[in-house]
Amino acid sequence: MTWRVEVDRGVCIGSGICAGTAPGVFRLEGERSRPVQEEIEPQEAALDAADSCPALAITLRTESDEIVGPRP
Amino acid sequence: MTSTDTEPVAYPFNEAASLTLAEQYDRVRDRDGLQRVRLPYGEAAWLVTRYADARLVLGDNRFSRAVAATHDEPRQSAGRLTGGLLSMDPPEHARLRTLVAKAFTVRRVEKLRPAVRELAESLLRDMVEAGPPADLVDSFALPLPVGVICKLLGVPEADRPRFRVWSDNALSSSKLTAEEFEASRNELRAYMAELIAEHRKHPADDLMTALIEARDAHDKLSELELVDLCVGILVAGHETTASQIPNFLCVLLDHPDQFARMREDLSLIPAAVEELLRFVPLGVGAGQPRYATEDVEVGGTLVRAGEPVLVAIGAANRDALRFDDSGRLDITRTDNSHLGFGHGVHHCLGAPLARVELQEALRALLLTVPGIRLAGDIDWKTEMIVRGPRAMPVGW
Repeated sequence: MTWRVEVDRGVCIGSGICAGTAPGVFRLEGERSRPVQEEIEPQEAALDAADSCPALAITLRTESDEIVGPRP
Repeated sequence: MTSTDTEPVAYPFNEAASLTLAEQYDRVRDRDGLQRVRLPYGEAAWLVTRYADARLVLGDNRFSRAVAATHDEPRQSAGRLTGGLLSMDPPEHARLRTLVAKAFTVRRVEKLRPAVRELAESLLRDMVEAGPPADLVDSFALPLPVGVICKLLGVPEADRPRFRVWSDNALSSSKLTAEEFEASRNELRAYMAELIAEHRKHPADDLMTALIEARDAHDKLSELELVDLCVGILVAGHETTASQIPNFLCVLLDHPDQFARMREDLSLIPAAVEELLRFVPLGVGAGQPRYATEDVEVGGTLVRAGEPVLVAIGAANRDALRFDDSGRLDITRTDNSHLGFGHGVHHCLGAPLARVELQEALRALLLTVPGIRLAGDIDWKTEMIVRGPRAMPVGW
């Protein structure tokens, strides 16, 4: 099972919190965040990053399109 | 790469009783490599002044905050602030930050905007009713953020005179000895522990209750972490905003044309707040050094593992390589990714709330007292790490 990582670059403010919290999952490009890969192994760091994003720009989904992050 | 193994220069550069950026920064920024600096306390450090270098150091996990605890950290005060989010690295840092991050997202904070607006307007109505001159800090700039953070966290606002002293001490520069600094911090911790005990007996709809539940029901943090997190939110949650409200007004009074444009078009306020966050160097000097955990090249200097790096946000925000006409205030500036809230994992947790408060503060001032002006000399804070008026007499 994998998760799909999405970053809404129109909402992203480039705080850099995600890239610091989950460096294997997010990186900054042109002062905005971008997923390193579209699909990742489920992991706590990615959830932490999604939860910590002040702009709520990150969404993590399962293969069945269920939203797992940010957590409610 | 240059080896700038020169004698460290005395730091901080900025004058406490002003909002200007010291000229030394321009000279240091334009030179290759990093500058060696020495603060009143702790070991010598590298100083970063360029925007790209600042983003590198703040955003890269090869630079650590936690490692500072094992060093004689460069600092402005004899005492040192330990504990809390700013002394942690990922992934430990994320464990605590995620517990509170939810309360400060853009979406959550927008819901507070109507209440912030009402409080801002009612404070100014009271000020106007009492008649000029008034102290803008005491009647508006301080009670606004204090009122908001007290309600959000669950701290009685009537205790403001008590925690104000401890909070000031926590951010003081030179006036306290290490023992006094420690004693003040312990008093603030004891006060917060009392409030937590009270909340355990009588849970409420506030952040403190949510954090207590995270500890008691889910064992997500220790008791001391709980106390320090609440202390951190209370202190950080008001002092900076309370300083920036009068600071922003000072700058706008110095730029009457731009102030007038805002008065005519309130939709300029959000961009103006971003520009003011870029333009106003809040700190006397850079703090919270990052320690390299391996050798890293930064701006032409090889920073060795174990060496501390200070990031001068105010200087990076005026870097002409990133911002056109960087020394000029332009409230319509676009593409303004300033570092006023920092960058990386320690990017200001309360940034969305601070934005709402600053926007609403300016809006209320523009609507209620459009003719506001200085009515005497500003009394500047001179013994704090953040700059701003202690008292600011205004008329209207």
